[in-house]
Amino acid sequence: MGLLSPADQDKLREAFAEMRSSVKIVFFTQTLGCDTCLQTRQIIDELPVLTDKVAIEEVNLVLDTDRAKQFGVDRAPTLAIVGVDAAGAEHDARIRFVGTPAGYEFISLVQAVLLVGGREGVLTPENRGKLAAVSEPMIIQVYTTPT
Amino acid sequence: MAFASPQITALAVEATEYPDLARRYRVTGVPKSIVNDKVEILGAVPQDAFVEQALTAVTASPE
Repeated sequence: MGLLSPADQDKLREAFAEMRSSVKIVFFTQTLGCDTCLQTRQIIDELPVLTDKVAIEEVNLVLDTDRAKQFGVDRAPTLAIVGVDAAGAEHDARIRFVGTPAGYEFISLVQAVLLVGGREGVLTPENRGKLAAVSEPMIIQVYTTPT
Repeated sequence: MAFASPQITALAVEATEYPDLARRYRVTGVPKSIVNDKVEILGAVPQDAFVEQALTAVTASPE
């Protein structure tokens, strides 16, 4: 029993079919003290069923501290979106979802996966140029609530 | 935007699950974006305005 309707599954399957490269969702979880980890796992589990270009890697935040440090993650659930090239090498897209990707955030998650998988982004060339010129770290946090 | 530069990291934070963070950043309405803990952008603003405001967090002239 999935969370997505058959119609939504079809739409997603179509969108994922256009992905040019694979994407891994690194799911940081912990066994205790994470009320929403199970819900998050159930939500993201909907995706690999629809395409072989999306995989999930589950990482225990408490046990695998190296992987958590690598991605700068200190809370669960957190999702890190990672591109995987043809040689199997990982490319951190530096996109994180902190908390359950429910409601509108699920759409944002799908859009992030599609972007990292090769879809054309929505930034104008001008904005892309301005951002490419940034020479110091910029961390953008966007706070949302489930709709 | 994170995809446009290796310097940029984007985090989507679910505010109801992290009330401590929502309090720290005084999130009373969503979406609310915070860039480098310095610049706050309220609401879903157009792309050009978002990029301009976000850039002020890194290109502000030194004191």
